[in-house]
Amino acid sequence: MNDKRTIGGTILKVENVSVVFGGVKAVSGIGFEVREGEICAIVGPNGAGKSSMLNVLNGIYCMEPGGSITFEGVKHYKIAPMQAAKLGIGRTFQNLALFKGMSVLDNIMTGRTLKMKSTFIEQMFYYGRPHREEMENRQKAEEIIEFLQIEGIRKTLVGKLPYGLQKRVELGRALAAEPKLLLLDEPMAGMNIEEKQDMSTFVLEVNRELGTTIVLIEHDMGVVMDISDHVVVLDYGRKIGDGTPAEVSVNQEVINAYLGVAHEG
Amino acid sequence: MNQEFIFFLQILVSGLLSGLMYSLVAIGFVLIYKASGVFNFAQGSMVLSAGLTFVGFLEMNLFEGATNFYICIGIAAVVMVVVGVVVERVALRHLVNTSLLTLFMATVGLSYIFEGMSQYVWGGEVHELPLERHTGIVDIPLNVPILEGFTVSQFDLFGAGIAGTLVLILALFFQKTRTGMFLRAVADNHMAAISVGIPLNRMWAIVWATAGIISLVAGIMWGARLGVQFTLSVVAMKAVPVFIVGGFTSITGAIVAGLIVGASENLGEIYITELTGTGGGVQNWAPYMVALIIILIRPSGLFGQKSIERI
Repeated sequence: MNDKRTIGGTILKVENVSVVFGGVKAVSGIGFEVREGEICAIVGPNGAGKSSMLNVLNGIYCMEPGGSITFEGVKHYKIAPMQAAKLGIGRTFQNLALFKGMSVLDNIMTGRTLKMKSTFIEQMFYYGRPHREEMENRQKAEEIIEFLQIEGIRKTLVGKLPYGLQKRVELGRALAAEPKLLLLDEPMAGMNIEEKQDMSTFVLEVNRELGTTIVLIEHDMGVVMDISDHVVVLDYGRKIGDGTPAEVSVNQEVINAYLGVAHEG
Repeated sequence: MNQEFIFFLQILVSGLLSGLMYSLVAIGFVLIYKASGVFNFAQGSMVLSAGLTFVGFLEMNLFEGATNFYICIGIAAVVMVVVGVVVERVALRHLVNTSLLTLFMATVGLSYIFEGMSQYVWGGEVHELPLERHTGIVDIPLNVPILEGFTVSQFDLFGAGIAGTLVLILALFFQKTRTGMFLRAVADNHMAAISVGIPLNRMWAIVWATAGIISLVAGIMWGARLGVQFTLSVVAMKAVPVFIVGGFTSITGAIVAGLIVGASENLGEIYITELTGTGGGVQNWAPYMVALIIILIRPSGLFGQKSIERI
């Protein structure tokens, strides 16, 4: 795989972000930076606030006042889901959020939502612009299907597919929007080694060939060390480590969080 | 031909046709259930509001003759679309991500608001709606030449035609347009729909507006039969078994179930009463009995989606 990307300046800057549910602070005062073109992994034990962090980034959760997210140089104090999609932030979910009653192709086509400009009235008559758009979007969807090697199931209902393939379709739908920043919430959870290898390859290819910046959450430390350029470690909603995989793996606080601390006395 | 058979045929066909009238109302239930997974308790009162609004404008006699009738359909349709958009804006938008029960309670509240408001504006008396005078569709039974003694109500045929057209339009809308696909997507998974940038609010407004227009069609057809009056909102309760039998999410299901329920209602009324020698009233419970039996055999209805959940 040839590495066409160039790691650029900061594309995403998270500053002092907190998320509170009732009295529980799921994320408290977290800040980190993601550079353009890199793969950034967010790791941490269960309940560390990783998914909450992603949910803030694509607007599903609201952050507490005082925090901010700077994306491509524009500072946001709150982001709505629709706005995140428009900014070019794509997303997959930990527990799969797919349209199970629709075919693989249709699922990927919905990813093109924001690329479609024709109005409802035009679509009714399906002449001119909608027709052209449909062709373009279909073309793009087919490219993604080919890229993810799921040509054989393009007409299959997603609900009938095995879990590993559903995860792949979900990635395809996020890619269809041609995101600048792609958030992947545990893309390899529940997969066997072979599926994990495939998925890692796809994630790397997306990053290397399309140049998409990726922020992912992953539990498999082997995978994280292999594919990421930058690791952010969370524990109990706080950031305890931030750096290259090599730096993070020797950080004492990170080791404590993962392996536990020997209590004295 | 055998007289008894013709009698049977007569009852069956008129049952089937009147069943399609229930389908008209049931389609409204299906639409909203598809988009938000909630049983819209306010469907009946929407039918009432639509009917009252239509008759209200009609009786103002703003235009001459038949034009008046069609223009008033247009006006009432616009009113129902506005109502749909307002419902989304005022109530539903604030209930995104709340439980289905909360949404359901909101529709219960809406039903009382619709009933109250429409009667407040248009009054509570019974309005006749003779289609014959406005459109020339007469309710004289048609004789079928080959079957002597067998007649079909012209009005029922007209109603069936309307129901068929409506289904065709909706099917094309859902399967062929981009908006239709977005609606299916929203119905399937809210979270995923949001993440790809489908405007959830606009989709809900479209669904409620469409349900409003369907209510108008149902309001006119049922109004022509029963008079536009408060009982229209009760007719919706008759459409509930149709909605259940059809499987909640299928428009085709609503049509097939309408036929089944209509036929069982009519056949039950004649033959069960005859068999048991009781005093009738079978048509009031027969549809629910059919719904019950079908749910026992197929819990998600005839055309419903079987849901598989990971436990």
